[in-house]
Amino acid sequence: MEKSSARNGGLLSEVASLARSRIRDYAMFIALAVIFIVFGIFTGGSFLSPRNLTNLINQTGYIAVLAVGMTLVLIISQIDLSVGYVAGFLGAVAAICMVKYNLPVIATIPIILIFGTIIGLVQGLTIGQLGVPAFVTTLAFQFIFRGLLSLVTQESGTIRIDVVPFNNLSNGYVPNIGNIAGMDLLSLLVGVVAVVLIVVSQVRKRKKMLEYRFEVISRPVFAFKLLFFAAAIITLAIVLAKYQGLPWTIVIVSIVVFIYNFMMNNTRLGRYIYGIGGNREAAELAGVNVKRILFFVFCSMGMLAALSGILFSSRLQSASTTAGAGFELDSIASCYIGGVSTSGGIGKVGNTIIGALVIMSLTNGMNLMGVGISYQYVIKGAIFILAVAFDVYTRSRK
Amino acid sequence: MNGDYILEMHHITKEFPGVRALDNVNFKVKRGEIHCLVGENGAGKSTLMKILSGVYRYGSYSGEIIYNGEVQNFQSIGDSEAAGIAIITQELALIPDLSIYENIYFGHEIMEGRVINWNQTIINAGEILKRVRLNVNPSLKVSDLRVGQQQLVEIAKVLSKNAKLIILDEPTASLNEDDSQNLLQLMRDLKKDGVTCIMISHRLKEVVEIADTVTVLRDGATICTMDAANGSLLERDIIRHMVGREIENIYPKRTHIIADETALEVKNWTVFDPVLERTILDDVNIHVKKGEIIGIAGLMGAGRTELALSLFGNSPKYKILSGEIYIEGKRKSFKNTKDAMKEGLAYVTEDRKRNGLILIQDIKFNTTIANLEALTHGIVINENEEVIQVNQYKDALNIKATSIAQLVMNLSGGNQQKVSLGKWLFTNPKILILDEPTRGIDVGAKYEIYSIMNQLVEKEGYSIIMISSELPEILGMSDRIYVMAEGMITGELTAGEATEHRIMAMATKTEEEVS
Ligand SMILES: Nc1ncnc2c1ncn2[C@@H]1O[C@H](COP(=O)(O)OP(=O)(O)OP(=O)(O)O)[C@@H](O)[C@H]1O
Ligand SMILES: [Mg+2]
Repeated sequence: MEKSSARNGGLLSEVASLARSRIRDYAMFIALAVIFIVFGIFTGGSFLSPRNLTNLINQTGYIAVLAVGMTLVLIISQIDLSVGYVAGFLGAVAAICMVKYNLPVIATIPIILIFGTIIGLVQGLTIGQLGVPAFVTTLAFQFIFRGLLSLVTQESGTIRIDVVPFNNLSNGYVPNIGNIAGMDLLSLLVGVVAVVLIVVSQVRKRKKMLEYRFEVISRPVFAFKLLFFAAAIITLAIVLAKYQGLPWTIVIVSIVVFIYNFMMNNTRLGRYIYGIGGNREAAELAGVNVKRILFFVFCSMGMLAALSGILFSSRLQSASTTAGAGFELDSIASCYIGGVSTSGGIGKVGNTIIGALVIMSLTNGMNLMGVGISYQYVIKGAIFILAVAFDVYTRSRK
Repeated sequence: MNGDYILEMHHITKEFPGVRALDNVNFKVKRGEIHCLVGENGAGKSTLMKILSGVYRYGSYSGEIIYNGEVQNFQSIGDSEAAGIAIITQELALIPDLSIYENIYFGHEIMEGRVINWNQTIINAGEILKRVRLNVNPSLKVSDLRVGQQQLVEIAKVLSKNAKLIILDEPTASLNEDDSQNLLQLMRDLKKDGVTCIMISHRLKEVVEIADTVTVLRDGATICTMDAANGSLLERDIIRHMVGREIENIYPKRTHIIADETALEVKNWTVFDPVLERTILDDVNIHVKKGEIIGIAGLMGAGRTELALSLFGNSPKYKILSGEIYIEGKRKSFKNTKDAMKEGLAYVTEDRKRNGLILIQDIKFNTTIANLEALTHGIVINENEEVIQVNQYKDALNIKATSIAQLVMNLSGGNQQKVSLGKWLFTNPKILILDEPTRGIDVGAKYEIYSIMNQLVEKEGYSIIMISSELPEILGMSDRIYVMAEGMITGELTAGEATEHRIMAMATKTEEEVS
C-alpha cells in the first residue's frame, strides 16, 4: 500500500494537508484564540484577568452541560428547542423547594434531576411514540415551560436563594490545601495531573494506532499538538490559582464530560447513537432499538437541562421569570462550533465544550465592552449562521 | 479502423489521503465506439470516470485530458457537460416526485422569454423518450417507474443536453435480464447516431457482447486495451487480465451435506403494506434445511425483498395478515430485528447505501455494529479485540482499504458490498439471508463470496437463503429454487430440474395462471 502522500512530502506539506483536510476540527481553536486576542485588546486586558477568566468558566458551566446533552440530540438528527425554559423552570422549582419548603440541597438536587429526566422522557415519547417531529414537539414544550416558569415565579417575582452550599455550585471554590507564591496549590496540582493524564493517554493511543497500522499524524506534529494542549491547561491552572482557586463548576462539568465521553467512545450505547445518526435504517436493521435510544437521549437531555437550571440559578443566586431564555441557541451553537455535523452522525462531547467556551467568551467579552443586549442578540444570531454555513461548506468540499 | 480519438487521457494520477487510486493511467476512446472499462473492485474505474466528468476538478489530479483535440481543464460537472460529456452514476440522480419530462429538462428548461414553455417541453420529452425506447406517458412520476425505466430517463436527460460522450457506471447492476438487454440495444442505437459510450461493468457477458474495445484497469494502472468488435474477445481473456490469473470455475465446488432437519419454515405468510395499501405477499410457503442453499428468483418487484424484510423482524412495519415462522420446528414470532437476530437470522440488504451501511463511519464501526455484544465486557467495548477481529474479516473478505479505519464512503462499490457482508458474518448467523449478494462485485470477489457461502453451509447446521436476479448465480449456487412473482411463490425447482428458461417462465406467470 502507498505510504501517506503527506509523509513523503515532509513536514510542511503534512501541515498544509492537515490544515486543508482538518480545518473543520481546528477552526474552533482558532476562533477561540482570535476571540481572546481581540477582547484582550479591546478591554484593555481586563478580559484576560484571572478574575474575569474564572468568571467566564463559571458562566460557561450551565451552557456547557446543556451543550453536552444537545450534542447527543443533534447526533441522532433530532433537535431540542425547549431546553432553555426547561432549565429556567427547573431552576425556579429548585429555588422554591429550598426557599419555600426548606428542603436541604442534598435532597433538592436529585429531585430536580429526576424531574428533568421525566420531562425529557415525556418529550421523547411524544416524538417516538406519537411521531410528532422533534422540532414541533420541543417548540411546543418551550412554550409550555415558558408559561410554567412565569406561573411559579408569578406571585413572588424573582425568588432569592440564600442557601450557601447551593450558591457555591456556580460561585464557590474547592477548599484550598495550601499556597505557593501566593497561588492556590490545588489548582496547580490538578493542572499538572491533567496534563500528565492527557499526555500519557494520547501517547498510548498513538502507539495503539501505529500498532493497528492506522494512519497517524507524524511525530513532530503530534508533539506540537500535545505541547499546545499542555500549555493551554497549565496556563488555565495558573490563571485559576492566581484568583480564588478551582471552581466547583469545573469539577462538575469535568465529571459530566468524562462520563459522556466515555459513554460515546467506549460503550455500545455510544456506538448506537452514532449509528442511528449515520443511517437510521441501517442501524435499525442491525438490531438497534432506535426508539429506546431516542428515549434515552431525550431523558439525558432533560437531566442535563435540570443540571443547567441548577447551575444557573446557583450562579445568579436567584430564579427569575426570564431565566433560561436563549439557552437553546447558545447550546446548539456550541455544538455546531464544536464540530457536530448539521446532518447528524458526527460530533464529540469534548469539542462541544470548546464550542461552549467560544460562545460564552463572546457573551462575556461583549458584556465587558458594554455592548447592549439588543446588539448581542443580533451578533449571536449572525455568528450562529456563520458557524453552520462554515460547517456545511467544509463538509461538502471534495 | 481510423485513429480518430474523441478522448485521450494521459498520465492520470490521482491520490487520496493514504492511497494512490490511479497511477499514470492512459486511456483512449475512439469516436463513436462503445468502450468498456473493466477491472477488479477498487481498481480505479469510477475514479477515472469522475475525473473525466469533472466530479474531481482540475488540479486535484495530475495528467492531461484531451477531448475533441483540445486540452480540457474541467472545474465541475457543469464544465464537462458543456463540452458534451455526461456521466450516469450508479446512484440515479432523478427527483422521484417530479414527472418524467420535468426531470429530463431539470436545470436546462425550455424557456420562452422568462417563463418555461411546458408544451414544448412535453413534446420534446416525448421525442427523446421514443429515442430511448421508453413507451410511457412523459407526465408519469419518476417514482412510478421501474429502476430499468428510470435508467432510460437518465439517458434521455443526457441526450436532451446533447451529450456526445456518455459514461455509464455499472448501468445494468440493478437491472433484470430484459431491462439490461434493452439498455444494451439502446447503446447500439446511440452508436449509430454517432454517440460515444464508455461503460463500466462487472457483467463480462454483456461486455463481450457489446464492446468494440475493452480496457482493463488493475490496481490503478492500465493493464491493456483490447479490440473486442464482433464478439472477438472471450470472457476468459478479460478475467485473466483483470485478476492476473486464470479462474477455472465461477462457482466453487461444495460438498453437499444437507440435513433432514428444517432450519426455517415459513407458512401461509401474507403481508399487507399500509403505505402502498395493497397485499405485497400472498400466502408464501417456503422452508430451508440445515446445510442447504436455497435461491429465490424472480423479477424486480416480485416481493422478494419484502419477504426478507418482513421475516427479519419486520422493521418496515408491514401488517402481517397471517402466517407462522418456525425455527428448527419451533414456532417463533419476532417483534423486532433483534428478536430475529437472536434466533440466528441475518439479512444482508439489497441496497447497501440506503439501509446496509453507515457510510460516514469506518470499516471497523460497520463490521461490528450488529454484534457488539461479542466484544463487550461489562459495559466497555474491548477495542483491541475489535481491531483484531475486524482485521481478520478484512483479510478473509479481501477488502481493499488503507486500514479498517477508512471511512466506508471512500471505498469502491464492491468493497462496500464486502463490508456489508462482513457485518453479518460477524454476527455468526445460522440462517443467512442474502439479497443480491454479488451486485457490483468483480469476478474474483464473486468467487470469494461464493466460497464463503459454501464454507458456511458446510459447517454443521447453517443455511442460506439467496435472493438474486442473476439467473446464472441462482443456478450455480442453489440446491433448491423458489420462483416468485407478484408476491406469490409461483414455482419450486430442484437444482437438477432448473433451467433459465423454466425459471423465467415461472417468474412471469400472472395471477390467473397461478390460482
Ligand atoms: N474519497 C476517497 N477517499 C479515499 N480513497 C478513495 C476515495 N474514493 C476512492 N478511493 C479509493 O480509490 C480506489 C479506487 O476506487 P474506485 O471507486 O475508483 O474503484 P472501482 O474500480 O470503481 O471499483 P468498484 O468496481 O468496486 O466500483 C479504492 O481503493 C478506493 O478505496
Ligand atoms: Mg466503481
